[in-house]
Amino acid sequence: MKERAAVLGTGQTHYKAKRQDVSMAGLLREAIDRAMADAHVDWPDIDAVVVGKAPDFFEGVMMPDLFLADAIGAVGKPLLRVHTAGSVGGSTGVVASSLVQAGVHERVLAVAWEKQSESNAMWALSIPVPFNMPVNAGAGGYFAPHVRSYIRRSGAPNHVGAIVAAKDRRNGAKNPYAHLQQAEMTVDKVQASQMLWDPIRYDETCPSSDGACAVVIGSERAAAAVERPAWIHATSMRTEPTTYAGRDQVNPQAGRDCAAALWKQAGITNPLEEIDAAEIYVPFSWFEPMWLENLGFMGEGEGWRLTEAGETEIGGKLPINASGGVLSSNPIGASGMIRFAEAAMQVMGRAGEHQVDGARKAVGHAYGGGSQFFSMWVVGADKP
Amino acid sequence: MTVAEPLSAPIELSFAYTRSLGPTLSRFMTGLAARQVTGARGSDGRVYVPPLEYDPVTGTAITDFVDVSDHGEVVTWSWAAEPLPGQPLDRPFAWVLVKLDGADTPMLHALDVPGPQDVRTGMRVQARWAGERAGHIRDIVCFEPETSAGVAPAMVDVDAVTLVTTPIELRVQHSASIQETRYLQGLKEGRLLGQRCPKCGKVYIPPRGACPVDGVPTEEEVELPDRGVVTTFCVVNVPFLGQRIQPPYVAAYVLLDGADIAFLHLILDCPAEDVRMGMRVEAVWKPRDEWEHGLQNITHFRPTGEPDADYASFKDHL
Amino acid sequence: MREVGVVGFAQSRQMRQTTGTTNGVEMLVPLITEVFSDLGLTKHDIGFWCSGSSDYLAGRAFSFVSAVDATGPVPPINESHVEADAAWALYEAWTKIQTGEVDTALVYGFGKSSAGDLRRTLALQLDPYVLAPLWPDSLAIAGLQAQLGIDQGKWSEQAMAEVAVRSRRDAETNPNAQLAGSKDVDSLLAEPYIAQPLRRHDCAPITDGAAVVVLAAEHRAGELAERPAWISGIAHAIDSAHIGARDLTTSPSTLTAAQKAGIDGVEVAELYTPFTHQELLLRAELGLGDDVRITPSGGALAGNPMFAGGLVRIGEAARQIWSGSAGRVLAHATGGPALQQNLVCVMEGR
Repeated sequence: MKERAAVLGTGQTHYKAKRQDVSMAGLLREAIDRAMADAHVDWPDIDAVVVGKAPDFFEGVMMPDLFLADAIGAVGKPLLRVHTAGSVGGSTGVVASSLVQAGVHERVLAVAWEKQSESNAMWALSIPVPFNMPVNAGAGGYFAPHVRSYIRRSGAPNHVGAIVAAKDRRNGAKNPYAHLQQAEMTVDKVQASQMLWDPIRYDETCPSSDGACAVVIGSERAAAAVERPAWIHATSMRTEPTTYAGRDQVNPQAGRDCAAALWKQAGITNPLEEIDAAEIYVPFSWFEPMWLENLGFMGEGEGWRLTEAGETEIGGKLPINASGGVLSSNPIGASGMIRFAEAAMQVMGRAGEHQVDGARKAVGHAYGGGSQFFSMWVVGADKP
Repeated sequence: MTVAEPLSAPIELSFAYTRSLGPTLSRFMTGLAARQVTGARGSDGRVYVPPLEYDPVTGTAITDFVDVSDHGEVVTWSWAAEPLPGQPLDRPFAWVLVKLDGADTPMLHALDVPGPQDVRTGMRVQARWAGERAGHIRDIVCFEPETSAGVAPAMVDVDAVTLVTTPIELRVQHSASIQETRYLQGLKEGRLLGQRCPKCGKVYIPPRGACPVDGVPTEEEVELPDRGVVTTFCVVNVPFLGQRIQPPYVAAYVLLDGADIAFLHLILDCPAEDVRMGMRVEAVWKPRDEWEHGLQNITHFRPTGEPDADYASFKDHL
Repeated sequence: MREVGVVGFAQSRQMRQTTGTTNGVEMLVPLITEVFSDLGLTKHDIGFWCSGSSDYLAGRAFSFVSAVDATGPVPPINESHVEADAAWALYEAWTKIQTGEVDTALVYGFGKSSAGDLRRTLALQLDPYVLAPLWPDSLAIAGLQAQLGIDQGKWSEQAMAEVAVRSRRDAETNPNAQLAGSKDVDSLLAEPYIAQPLRRHDCAPITDGAAVVVLAAEHRAGELAERPAWISGIAHAIDSAHIGARDLTTSPSTLTAAQKAGIDGVEVAELYTPFTHQELLLRAELGLGDDVRITPSGGALAGNPMFAGGLVRIGEAARQIWSGSAGRVLAHATGGPALQQNLVCVMEGR
């Protein structure tokens, strides 16, 4: 009953703190035009458009998909706007996949974006709400205590976060679209950077970027026209509350359940052995080992060992964020879709300098809110 | 224990957005700064004003710009009897779609006429330009009934406009939930009032309109002591906008004795490096006459000096 | 395509102002309880959850995140959210069921319009470079559209008033309606304008409200409802955002959606028309004759819970099937300025 679906092409903008050379429409079109060229499709081929973006306050436009309808080729077509907090880029990919898998459409364009330079994300996120005391902890103040909990629970050595940061920044230098280009980054340099929210250092945090990412998803018939599509083997989404009594905030159940459903759907029993490349949403370095465990690649308390052994480098057992990841580029609403697109690029063999040799099965992962919204997909070079 | 009326207060949303324009809109805004309205011709031959960034038929970027007149004809209108904040005029006016001479599509703006009897579809109008122009849609103050034939505007040399600033101000009335209101009233009296979920029995502070596990409101009131344990924390070393304390200082999740949920607060009155997971802490309250409806009545928590709590006693709250 | 039926519906009493929070929890908790009680379901029976709401309406980012608590999402749920009317959330849920991954879905929408100044807030849906900086409010845009149709002879203030009278009178039998009962047409036309050519009766009221709909596939729908409202077609589309470049007296996207959904033979049409002239526009566009009962609930003119209103239309239309009073019905939802985005859902009893 479920139709096969595949990624036919991907496109990204160059990520920068401020893309003041383009309008919002221009930013989206930069990614869309590249995705459509990559997929060898033209406007009449597109049956529907799905747009993902984080809060409307970032750009100061209520449901900006409405005013963008013309520029993104949606006029006369179905247009859906997804918003699931930081996981939205991934969720947008999942929703677009569903439209094809449901047999409703042949080809769907999905685009996710953020133009943070229109405003100030910190302002938009910290609009004072009456009766709510601002804690005065800043952007990392919410997540840093959970990182501390992880370190306590797992007994991970302190330099593991720096290993992740140095790797992702060096990977970013292999990706022409990445916001930060730091080919010379080392563990020592990361450790020498300012401690912001102890235990998180400056170089272990993501930048704030403008950018967009687009993918064209097509049916089996549409994929027949593409040389090497990325077949969608599985998708999953899970949500839990921001807080509840007894909630595991280091290893949230929503993430574990989401991954378990994903592996089951993809027919994967041993993710560490069967996945060749992973694009995981890591906005603070320590989330790499945390998500390694949450995703089931490693046992609880063991995630850091894979990182420390260098096995998450390109060329390692499980290359993670060969693109440089969120630590190298973070256009919030697009970040999840970039993970999904980069996973597809790996199995399509189109990742250029950051290609993982022989990657045939890859996972894209996104999360958002207080580590409570998860969306994931597995893509493969072979038909599922 | 319930309350009749929830507490309520306004949220003021006020921000000046900076919008980069890209080539097409930049051309339009730069034109306005020079008292020139510019449209763009699509592949369908129509001249769109304001210019479309992308062709409605082919989808490609439009590059065929066409200068049009600042005089035109009213295509439709509606009357703004009581102008709202931010609108072009602060006295009654007409909203109009005006098709400028040389354009194929009308643009939206205001028309300054005394009353609705003075506007009709088909009437001739002209732009009223601002004395000082910034390259913004509001460089046209409004339209007014045509008094003279359209003439080519005196060309003014202006710098290219690449960015527009748009202030957005909205006011939204925020209401606390009934449960939260009870908690806030407690804080005003220097008390910490949680509530228990009738299904799972867990004690939430603040209480909830819906227990996040069971989806039902918390009910039974539970007064909690102002002391508890630090479950986990971070040391804030970074200065940021709006910061009120000199770094370094500690932001920690504090689990009050008897509560089943921790909240984020500050730990002060000891060196940051002395704060530990499991440390026992107590609230430091502001002077009574400064108490309001909020957790800020507690300025911070400080160590009690009691022995640390066992890791096992709070590990399920991490 | 799998057969999917609407089997459950609950809506809040439409009110000018509620005391609840803008995250909708107070409105949603009783509605979710009500549909579960009606259907004999628990949260564990729901395969997919999807909601529609707006951060701008709530005045704060991530308002939908708190709303999720109303579902009690522990253990975690398969869930998504659209920043649009919940009718589009229903569409997403319908496609999710079509993939075969799930058999049931719960869809909800909520909006507390009374918290802000809705007329101004909706101006922020317009082009942010050349329109929104002028703050053209929702009545201004609707007025421009109404006057255009009047000038072209497509409708009249008289016909608009007739729509208002019928809507308010229909609402007399709708216990959830905010406004009910009406003066006659002549009396309405004697009232002053509020945004000429619009009078108060031409415009939907400001409403707080929420709605919940449950969908189920195939045999599951048959188990849950005696006579499910089977979705025979559902589609949506969007028109140009350029107010001046499109013909505001037509609605090509509604027509496109209707053609895809297949609306022949519908006996009832629940249309989401917040302004009287928009009902006249849509009836003409859809070719709905006098034999089609229009919006028997009273519609948005009798109560307009933003971001739930489209879902309410689907629920109200489904009720016509459940009760056996109609065999084939149409529900319509809209979003954006001047009917920019439209969805058509056709349901039938079997």
